[in-house]
Amino acid sequence: MPLALRVFESEARVYRRVWRGSIFTSFLSPVLYLLAMGVGLGSLVDANLPAGLEGVSYLAFIAPGLLAAAAMQTGAGEGAWKVRAGIKWLRTYHAKLATPIGIPALVNGHMLWIGARVMMVSIAFAIVIAVFRVAPLWQSLAATIPALLVGLAMGGITTAYTVRTNSDPAIPTYFRFVVIPMFLFSGAFFPITQLPGFLQWVAFLTPLFHGVELCRAVMLGTPTAVAPWISVSYLLAFAVVGMALAVRPFRNQLLP
Amino acid sequence: MPDPLITATGLTKHFDDTVAVDGIDFHVNQGESFGFLGPNGAGKTSAMRMIGATSPITGGDLEVLGLNPETDGPALRARLGVVPQEDNLDQELTVRENLAMYGRYFGLHRTVIDERIEELLDFAQLREKADSRVEALSGGMKRRLTIARGLINEPEMLILDEPTTGLDPQARHVLWDRLYRLKQQGVTLLITTHYMDEAEQLCDRLVIMDKGKIVAEGSPRSLIKDHSRPEVVEVRFPVGVLEEIAPRLESLAPRVEILADRALLYTDDANATIEKIHAEGLEPEALLERRSTLEDVFLRLTGRTLDD
Repeated sequence: MPLALRVFESEARVYRRVWRGSIFTSFLSPVLYLLAMGVGLGSLVDANLPAGLEGVSYLAFIAPGLLAAAAMQTGAGEGAWKVRAGIKWLRTYHAKLATPIGIPALVNGHMLWIGARVMMVSIAFAIVIAVFRVAPLWQSLAATIPALLVGLAMGGITTAYTVRTNSDPAIPTYFRFVVIPMFLFSGAFFPITQLPGFLQWVAFLTPLFHGVELCRAVMLGTPTAVAPWISVSYLLAFAVVGMALAVRPFRNQLLP
Repeated sequence: MPDPLITATGLTKHFDDTVAVDGIDFHVNQGESFGFLGPNGAGKTSAMRMIGATSPITGGDLEVLGLNPETDGPALRARLGVVPQEDNLDQELTVRENLAMYGRYFGLHRTVIDERIEELLDFAQLREKADSRVEALSGGMKRRLTIARGLINEPEMLILDEPTTGLDPQARHVLWDRLYRLKQQGVTLLITTHYMDEAEQLCDRLVIMDKGKIVAEGSPRSLIKDHSRPEVVEVRFPVGVLEEIAPRLESLAPRVEILADRALLYTDDANATIEKIHAEGLEPEALLERRSTLEDVFLRLTGRTLDD
């Protein structure tokens, strides 16, 4: 564990130097979506639905969805570019492995850092949501817990994907065909019941759907499609399985 | 005589279908500067990585600092310093931060790290750049930083993989000077290189590797003495002429190598050989005399040059 914390510390030191570059994707982008969709589009949607969407205004509906989505995208981003850079482009992982740091410490430290980044993004956005009066501050902040789960789920599975695919185009492809469609169609912007039959099942199986459900339930008290413990377990499973699937390829590539 | 720091017997490394290291035996003594000289692909880096416990051993035995790299990896790495072939520094961090963070991987305390950083900045001549980001440094500076980083844990042995590849001549000499100072302080150095001048300058003893095997072992001087004549006369002739006169050249010195573009005449007395060349009526396009190098040894043992 202490060695994993050293890996965490190194990520933190680098972040202290490069944090400005991440403000847009991590913070400004979700806020812009909140304004454009929640306020701009929301006024039109609310006019069409006097009883609200699942009982709340459109702004309130998408706020927890965007929170989960921001956490999801942060997890995916940290699990993709940084891993590829560490193994292939800059080989900074190799530097660490010439010291007492081993593969388990590397993977654990990496996941701890993903968790920290997801929490940073989620807490900042939760405060914005409270400012927009969507939910009381403590309820918004409580929703960062399920957001953390979805961030770790995506972080784990994306890390496994990145470490198993050596080609550079594999990452943009992943974002284009997995992350972005998931972002749009997993219940953040509209209930998945709006999707045609079989696609509802696809959406149901995405980690983001479960993250959105849990965030919405915590923030607004809306009911969830399945029992919360199922969604929580599902997300944890993604995180754990992702990490497990990453270990052997990490070892094969970093310590051949 | 104390036990060697490294003992390898039948050390072997396979990758899928290739044999990178093919059953080599060697030992490295405390305080010496030991080299692995060979062309790219000879297996030097693979051997280094096994010693440094960053690559599993396929076969044979290897003992480093009294430990087994397979089972005592982290404990062994804590006592080694590694300077890899590529600079894998944290580009966004400063010189100081790179050193500090690396020290933290060894579990060193911050005050200890701070003291050592001051010494290392002087050693690497990077004090002025201490708070500059790595991306702003020149290639030679980055390499000095990488070496300094490898010393943060005060290792018993420093492993350097191709330390001066890609550096300009001035930077190379600065680096050699730094390494020479380390040697004088008693640090054991393990160096791989494909530059014969580097091997001659830095190494007390070395092995010459080719295609995964060790083809010779000894000090630079003894290798040259055993496998080559002390002096060499190099002659160049116009295209086509060299093949014609090759038989005539071969009688002019105890050993003659005809290469694609020139001929090498190995002799104990270069001046005498030059006189013989002129006496034979030959007028080379270019002629130079030099002393024998490890490259000549490699050529003798493998039939190829080091940069093939």
